[in-house]
Amino acid sequence: MITATKFARTYNFGFIDETTKKEIRRKLLKAVAIPGYQVPYSSPEMPIARGWGTGGLHASLSLIGPDDVFKIIDQGSDASVNACNLRDFVKRMTGVRTTYDTAEATLIQTRHRLPEEILTEKQIIVFQVPQPEPLRRVERYEARTRQMHAEADYAKMWVSLYESYVKFGAIMNGAGYPVRVNGRYIMTPSPIPRWDVPNLSMGRCLHVFSAGREKRIHCVPPWTKVEPLEFEDVKFRVEEFRDVVCSASGGDRAFMDEIYESETSRKWVINDSNFLDKVRTGARPAQRLFANPPA
Amino acid sequence: MGYVAIKGGEDAIAHAAQLVEFYRQRSGTTPIGIDQIGGQFRLLADKVMGEASLYAPEHAALVIKQNEGDVFESAFMLRAYRATLQRRYYSQTLNTREMTVRRRISSAFREIPGGQILGPTRDYTQRLLDSALVRENLGDIEGFLASFDGRLDRTALKTPPATLPKVIDLLTAQGLLREVEAPESERRLVDVTREAIKFPAPRSASLQMLARAETGGLMALAYSAQRGFGSTHATVGELRVGDVPLRVRDPRGRVRTLGRLRLTEAEMISKIQVRKKDPVPYLSLGYGLCFGQNETKGICMGILDRAMRTGGDAPCQSQEFVLYHTEGIESYGFTNHLKLPHYVTFQSGLTNLRQAVERKDRQRGNLGFGMAPTAGAAAPVTPAVPTPGPASS
Amino acid sequence: MRDETQPGWLLKVRGLTKIYGDPVSTSVQYTGPKFSTNICPETDAIVACAEIDFELWPGEVLGVVGESGSGKSTLVQLLYFDHPATSGEVYFRPVDGGRTNLLTLSNARKRQLRNTALGMVYQNPRDGLNFSFSAGGNIAEKLIMAGEMNVGRMRQRGSYLLDRTEVPVARMDQSPQSFSGGMQQRVQISKAIANNPPLLFLDEVTSGLDVSVQARVLDLIRQLQRELGVAMIVVSHDLAVIRMLTDRTLVMKNGRIVEAGLTDQILQDPQHAYTQLLVSSLL
Repeated sequence: MITATKFARTYNFGFIDETTKKEIRRKLLKAVAIPGYQVPYSSPEMPIARGWGTGGLHASLSLIGPDDVFKIIDQGSDASVNACNLRDFVKRMTGVRTTYDTAEATLIQTRHRLPEEILTEKQIIVFQVPQPEPLRRVERYEARTRQMHAEADYAKMWVSLYESYVKFGAIMNGAGYPVRVNGRYIMTPSPIPRWDVPNLSMGRCLHVFSAGREKRIHCVPPWTKVEPLEFEDVKFRVEEFRDVVCSASGGDRAFMDEIYESETSRKWVINDSNFLDKVRTGARPAQRLFANPPA
Repeated sequence: MGYVAIKGGEDAIAHAAQLVEFYRQRSGTTPIGIDQIGGQFRLLADKVMGEASLYAPEHAALVIKQNEGDVFESAFMLRAYRATLQRRYYSQTLNTREMTVRRRISSAFREIPGGQILGPTRDYTQRLLDSALVRENLGDIEGFLASFDGRLDRTALKTPPATLPKVIDLLTAQGLLREVEAPESERRLVDVTREAIKFPAPRSASLQMLARAETGGLMALAYSAQRGFGSTHATVGELRVGDVPLRVRDPRGRVRTLGRLRLTEAEMISKIQVRKKDPVPYLSLGYGLCFGQNETKGICMGILDRAMRTGGDAPCQSQEFVLYHTEGIESYGFTNHLKLPHYVTFQSGLTNLRQAVERKDRQRGNLGFGMAPTAGAAAPVTPAVPTPGPASS
Repeated sequence: MRDETQPGWLLKVRGLTKIYGDPVSTSVQYTGPKFSTNICPETDAIVACAEIDFELWPGEVLGVVGESGSGKSTLVQLLYFDHPATSGEVYFRPVDGGRTNLLTLSNARKRQLRNTALGMVYQNPRDGLNFSFSAGGNIAEKLIMAGEMNVGRMRQRGSYLLDRTEVPVARMDQSPQSFSGGMQQRVQISKAIANNPPLLFLDEVTSGLDVSVQARVLDLIRQLQRELGVAMIVVSHDLAVIRMLTDRTLVMKNGRIVEAGLTDQILQDPQHAYTQLLVSSLL
């Protein structure tokens, strides 16, 4: 017989119980201590589907406090549907203030983009990661990739980059370009565009990468070297938006979205929605831009 | 303006949620009661409980109702609910020999001590539509129950059904049932809800994951084992469905019975080679246990438990392949996550592609971009003076 | 007889043993050519090879001959770290002047050695090449692991090696999957010598090839050996191959060495009964 009390409940602050939060925090500390290394963690189920941001939520809800200001973006946009759902959830479970303003936020959760605006030591950014294992494409078994990392046996990864160059004339990894962290572990930066990868290196903020479904956490602490994998004579390059200007703001030098209004008319708009809002008012928040080596 | 389309996401999802509620209720029919789902769709609730890894029949009925019968969403929602619950106790080890058996068969022997009890099963019915059910009303049900009750021999019901011996005990007593000695690491007790699984995983982890796996996924892989993608030829040693007491030790150290769980247990028997020196093909177990009455799941668990410990290169024999891909909540989430926007990732790939096309066009125009030939180039590059490799000694 | 106290050897092996399964203290004692078996009578453990002792000089070509089950392939697989040895000592001049037992090295160190100072050509090209990479990519793997980070130089070296082993350079970017058996072997050879290692292992490299193709591959191997001065251990069940390529030979049966000596002498005047049997079977 169902009584009213059976189903009535209140949730813990941040939804996750305190014991689990402590476990996640211990794993986060370990990940910070070993930059780029994937730390396994319990990854409890959440009321959000696997593959839709449970890992990001685990990290965010373990780190968040009542005084935090929370921002969440998906593909660069605060108003994107999944970001809205997750923001709503975090707000319901913590009561914290939320914002669209990158500079104002203390904790940022993101799916597949780094904000254009430089992040400071007062901020933590949490990346949602679908596949934390950079070697998965060349080795399908977890038991073997774990050993490859332990022995720094990255031969297969390097050869796959060579093959890509030979086949296509360039290393074709688009988003999620593999990097070497602190000179030791090869890591995936999650499927952020190449545009964002150089900004992971020697940053001022803590970068947390959390893969809920695969149950792994890895971190890039502040002031840590992050080097995209490249050869002496085949170098890493970011996407180029040549002769392209944002049709909403007139701005350039930011990652652009390609928008089709009709079959024949195409235009470009700055992807980072908050950055775009600021540029449209005439402001130009501080950025770090990477110059491609000469072709 | 184009970019405005992605603002208003909050409104969009609010409207989508309202639309879902509308679709759930638009038929204007009598709301289904939790008790009706639990009572008349018990097998569906059993499946959901098993995949949610939470024994809570009324909650299972609720999520089924809430999700309009979507079994993936239901199991997911109930599993997520489970993650919010506080752990108060670890139970004592369940002893299925104490099961009050409702159904119990063995394919290995014609007659078994205690008998073959068919119990409630559709296995021997003809799957023909019963149109009388279209007009079934409460009066019909009450009438059936009364007449069924009238046919019961109450004197036989006085003595509670005895628990039944296990078929495998017969085989063990005759020295025919053996187990391959597992190394220490294999026998470690692990809680998969508390730590991330690493491979090779101990058997406790394997069985836990099988117990909470998605039934269809298990069925596909077990079926592949039977069809030659693996070497498991199993017989049902014993299949039981019934109620098993659940006990815990209270803070004062006393053992208390909390109630009974309806469980399905399958003990699948196949031939193995225990040690190289021994030419005797002993029998060994593949084990399956799950919530409620879900015989397909129990049997397939047993087949895969054995297959994963056999080794070989068929998919069903790979622990990683089986355990990762039958995890229903994770596979449901990740396959469906493709519906999320991927336009930045896609854009990154587009710029690469466009540049590659440009390069190819340039290459067609003039030979070479400085590097040695790709396959099918007009003339092979003359090898240069050999560059010696790094000094070798 | 060579004076084994002379420090001129490149490779020294002592007591190398590999046992599969459940060994007991008497496993080695009750197996071998005297018992005509590799299988331990008590536990069914397989003594693939045991008590292997020999030296190899720089630039020398050593043959290892025997039939199936002799342990000859196991021997080179142990030296190339494909499988862990059960016991024994292996000393190699480039490593710590020959003072450290290679079998005690860490996995990372062993891998480094494999990449820089050793080469192996397997009977089955699938064991030595990765078919999901191109021919050039397979060679590049060896170069990258030895520290080469310049694609231009890798491709130059790869083109040179393929050309030298008579593989059409135009096929450098194709997977070896589409190559003939002989060509696949030649790609393996290119890969094995990519870093000019001082020691090369060849495990039945021509078995399974057509006779005319065999001759071509063997000829190539002989030329390369003379050109590069590389020491080789050549494993074969075929005495004709041994005769063509090697200076000295070890004869193995049931996991043990039954006879060792100059190849010419062994072929003309075999001492052990088993060697006599082999030589008399030579067509």
